[in-house]
Amino acid sequence: MMVKLLTVSTRVNGTDYKRVVEPRLLLSDFLRHELGLTGTHVGCEHGVCGACTVLVDGLPMRACLMFAPQVEGCEVMTVEGLAPRNSAPRNSAPRNSAPKNSTTDGDLHPLQAAFRDAHGLQCGFCTPGILMTLTAFLEANPTPDEAEIREALSGNLCRCTGYQHIVDAVLAVTRPRDGGTRS
Amino acid sequence: MSTPPTKPAVNRYFGASVTRNEDPALLTGQALFVDDLVLAEMWHAALLRSPHAHARIDSIDVTAAKARDGVLAIYTAADLGDFWRPAPLVVPPPPIPGMVFNQRTQVPLAKDKVCYAGEPVALVVAESRYVAEDALGDIVVDYTSLPVAAELATAASDEAPEVHEGLAGNVAAHVHQSKGDYGAATAGAATVIRRRFTYEHGMAHPMETRGVAAQFDRKTQRLTVWATTQAPASLRGGLATLLGLGERDVRVVAPFVGGGFGAKLLMYYPEELLVPWAARQLGRAVKWIEDRGEHFLATTQERGQIHDAEMALDEDGRILGIRDVFLHDTGAYNPYGLTVPINSQCSILGPYDVPAYDSTFTAVFTNKPIVAPYRGAGRQHGVFVIERLMDIAARELGIDRAEIRRRNLIAADAFPVKHEIMFQDFTELTYDSGDYQPILERALELIGYDKFIAEEQPALRAAGRKVGVGIVCYIEGTGIGPYEGARVQIQTNGRIAVATGIGTQGQGHFTSFAQIAADWLGVSAREVDVTTGDTDQFYWGAGTFASRGAVVAGNAVNQAAAAVHDKAVTLAAEHFGCAVTEIVLEDGVARRSGAPDEPIGLGDLARLANPMRGAVKPGTEPGLEATRYFGPESGTTASGAHAMIVEVDPETMMIEIRKYVVVHDCGTAINPLLVEGQIHGGVAQGIGNAFYEQLVFDNDGQLLNGTLADYLIPTSLDVPRMTLDHTVTPSTRNELGIKGVGEAGAIPVGPLFAQALEDALELPSRGVDIVEIPLSPNRLWELNSSEPSSTSDGD
Repeated sequence: MMVKLLTVSTRVNGTDYKRVVEPRLLLSDFLRHELGLTGTHVGCEHGVCGACTVLVDGLPMRACLMFAPQVEGCEVMTVEGLAPRNSAPRNSAPRNSAPKNSTTDGDLHPLQAAFRDAHGLQCGFCTPGILMTLTAFLEANPTPDEAEIREALSGNLCRCTGYQHIVDAVLAVTRPRDGGTRS
Repeated sequence: MSTPPTKPAVNRYFGASVTRNEDPALLTGQALFVDDLVLAEMWHAALLRSPHAHARIDSIDVTAAKARDGVLAIYTAADLGDFWRPAPLVVPPPPIPGMVFNQRTQVPLAKDKVCYAGEPVALVVAESRYVAEDALGDIVVDYTSLPVAAELATAASDEAPEVHEGLAGNVAAHVHQSKGDYGAATAGAATVIRRRFTYEHGMAHPMETRGVAAQFDRKTQRLTVWATTQAPASLRGGLATLLGLGERDVRVVAPFVGGGFGAKLLMYYPEELLVPWAARQLGRAVKWIEDRGEHFLATTQERGQIHDAEMALDEDGRILGIRDVFLHDTGAYNPYGLTVPINSQCSILGPYDVPAYDSTFTAVFTNKPIVAPYRGAGRQHGVFVIERLMDIAARELGIDRAEIRRRNLIAADAFPVKHEIMFQDFTELTYDSGDYQPILERALELIGYDKFIAEEQPALRAAGRKVGVGIVCYIEGTGIGPYEGARVQIQTNGRIAVATGIGTQGQGHFTSFAQIAADWLGVSAREVDVTTGDTDQFYWGAGTFASRGAVVAGNAVNQAAAAVHDKAVTLAAEHFGCAVTEIVLEDGVARRSGAPDEPIGLGDLARLANPMRGAVKPGTEPGLEATRYFGPESGTTASGAHAMIVEVDPETMMIEIRKYVVVHDCGTAINPLLVEGQIHGGVAQGIGNAFYEQLVFDNDGQLLNGTLADYLIPTSLDVPRMTLDHTVTPSTRNELGIKGVGEAGAIPVGPLFAQALEDALELPSRGVDIVEIPLSPNRLWELNSSEPSSTSDGD
C-alpha cells in the first residue's frame, strides 16, 4: 500500500527546512526525529499534558495534535530557539548522562534563568512545553499577577514541582526589581 | 594515610540553596532522555497487549503482520525459548514468623493466559514506531474470556475466580505482626473506636513515560541498554543473568529521566527484558517508548486497601492500643513481595506512643495491573487509618483534634523508639531520632489554628460559608539499606568527577552530591560533574527508591570525598615539603597556609599522582581518587505535620485551599531549595490522591478512565501556594545527619483532606464520617446529602 508523501517547507528557530513526509507524521515526531530537535518532549500524545507545546507563527500549539504538513509555510519555535546560541540541531550521538556546564548564564533566556534561580524544574521533562506556553503568554501579558500566571499555566501538567516554584520564576522575571516571593 | 581527614571548617555549599548544575541542559532542550537517542540501524518496537483482564489464549496468528512492509520481526511467548520464564522476585518477604507468601511474578509475554488487561502478548519490531503500531492491528489472537476477579473485597472470597490456578481466595500473602499484648493493654479502655476505612492510591504518572533502547555490539559482544529505570545497577545484574552474559558485558544507562516516583522501579518490566533480548537476536538497535495509554495499564500503580481498625483509649485520650485487619490489592502479580502492605502496617503507629498493636493483612491477587510502590508506597494508607482514628476518638472524648495528638506524640527523650515489628528493610521498625511536639506546635501556629476555630470559622459560618481546618502528623521511614557507593576523582583538568550507582529522576543529585564533594575539595559546586545511573561509570548499587538516594549515596559521596581530600593534602604536603596540617584546599588549588610558596592547582596535583615513568612507593594507588560504600544499620525516620484551611462551594462541592502549611523535619538539609521542591511536589501528588485521582475499573477489570483527560492530575489551579517551615533533628544513622524527604510531602494529605472537609461541611454533627480516600466533588455531594453513616459503630 503506497502512501502519498507530502513535502513540508517550514522555518524552525530561524532555519529553513524542507522534508518529504507521510501525511500522518505528527509535528512532535517531525521536530524530534526528522529535525533532531529533541528538546520538544512528548508526554501524553493526546493533547492534555502540554509537554510538546511549541510556537507556530507565535501561538502556542500542541505538537502532538498537529500533523507535520500543517506547518507548511509556517514559522515554528521550539525550546532550542529560546536562547539563541543553542538553536543549532543537537548532535544526536548518545552522550554521557553527566551534565557538563557547557551552557553558561549568558546562554539562557531570562525566563530560563528565572526557572533555574527559582528551582522551577525538577526532572525537566515538562519544562520545554511550559517555557513555550509562558513565552507566548508573557508576550501578551508582560506583567501578570499570580492568578493570571496560574491560569496560563493550567494547561501544562508538571508532576514534580507542585507549580509553586514555576509561578515564582514567572513572578521574578516579570518583576525583576522587587523579585518574586518564595515562602 | 597518616592523618584522619579534617573537613574544612566552613561549609560553603553543603546546607546552602545552590541552584542546580543540571538546569542549563534541561532548560535549553539539550538534556538526553531515552527517546532522544538515535542509534545506528535502530528499529522500533511496539507491544500487543491483552484487551481482556482474564482470558485463555487459544491461538495467535502473526502471518499478516509479518507480511507488512517495514516489519522486521514479531515475537510471541513461543518464540522466546528458554528466555521465557517468570521474572525473579524483586523484594523477597522479610522473615516474619507464620507468614504466608505465594510468589507469582510477571512473564515477558503471556503464554497460555492473560491475567490483566494490558498484559503484553506479542512484540513487533519495525522500521518506525508508526509501522510497528500498524502491525499490531494485523495480529489475530483468539481468546476465551475467563471469569474476572476485579474488586478487592470479592476477589478475597473463596468463591472468587482464581487469578492464578490453585490459590483459593487469591491469597498472595497473609501476615500478622504485633507489639505488646493488645488484649491486656486495652482491657480497661474508656472507649474503643471502630471503623472500616478504604484508601486508594493512584498512579505516579511521571511526565515522561517509560522507555528502553538497546544495542548489542557483535564485535565487542557487549550489550548497552538505555532505560528510564530507577535502578540501573540492579537492572544490569538481572539482564546479564537472564541473557546469559557476563555482568561486565552489560551496560545500563539511565540518562536524564523524566520523573519516576516508583513507577520506573520495577525490575523486570517485560519491556526491560524483551527489548534487549530482541536487540541481541536481531543484531540491531531496538527502541521502545511507551505511550500514555499503555502507561495506564503497563506501568505499576498503587490501588486500594480495606481496613477494619479499632483504637482503644483511656479517658484522657491516650492510646492504649490499635488493632487492624486489612486487605491489600496486589494486582495480577506480586514482584514487590510485601513492600507496600508492610509499609502500611508499619505506618499505622505514626508519631504516637502506641503501647500495643495487633495487625493482620491479606494481600490479594486481582485481575488488574501490578501494584508496586508509588511515592509513599503504602504509607498513605496506614497514615490515613491512624489519623482518622485520632480524629474520631477526639470527637467521642470531647477533646480538641490538636490536643489529642499533643497528648499522644512520642516524647523527645524516648528515642530511639523500637516497635517490635519488622519494617520493609528486614530490620525492627525503629525511629532513630525526632522531636515531634515542636513540629505540631509550629504547624498550628502557622495555620492560625486557635484563632481560626475561635473567631474566623464561626464568623464565616455565620455568613453561610463552608470552611474547615485540618491538622495531621506523620512520620516516614527513609534512607534504608542495603548500601550505595560513590567514586570521587580529581581530574587533571581540575574538575571533580563524582559517580554513583543510583539513578536520578529530577531530585537534583547532580547538584546535592556536588555540594557535598565541593566543600571537601575546596572547589565550587559548579566544578563537580556528577554521573548517576551509568553502570560503566559506577558498577555497584541498589537504586533510587524509599527516599534513600540522598541519604545513602550522599553519605558514600561524603566519605569518598573525605578520602580524596586526605590523598590530596598528603600529596600536596610532599610537594611543598611541609606537614599535611599546613595544607589548605581552596579555590581549586592546594596552598601551604602562611607560606609564600606558589599554590598548585588540583589538576596538576592529579597529574603528579599518576606518574608515567619512574618508580612509586610500594602500595601507592594512582590518581586522586577514592571509592566508598555506605550501608546504614537501619533506616532513618523523618517527620512532619501538615495543616490546611479549606473552603467548599456548597453548590458545586469544588474546593478552594485557602492556606496550606507544612512543617517538616528531614534532619540536616543538603540544599534547602531542593528540599522545598521535593515537599511541594509531594503535596501536589497528595492533593491529586486525596481529591482528583482515581483509577476506575469495572467488574470486568477494564480501566474506564485511562486518559489524562479522565484521570485528573492536579494543575496549577488545584495546587495552592504552600507555607513551609523546617525543624532539624539530625539523623543518628549517618555522618551527615540527613534523612530522606522524597516521599514525605505526599503521605499525610489524604487524612488532612478528610478532616478539613468533614469540618467544613460539619459532617460529624450529622453523624457522617469520612472514612475513604479519594474524595471528589461528586463524592462530597453524596456524603453531604447522606443520612448518618451505618459504619458509625464505635462504642
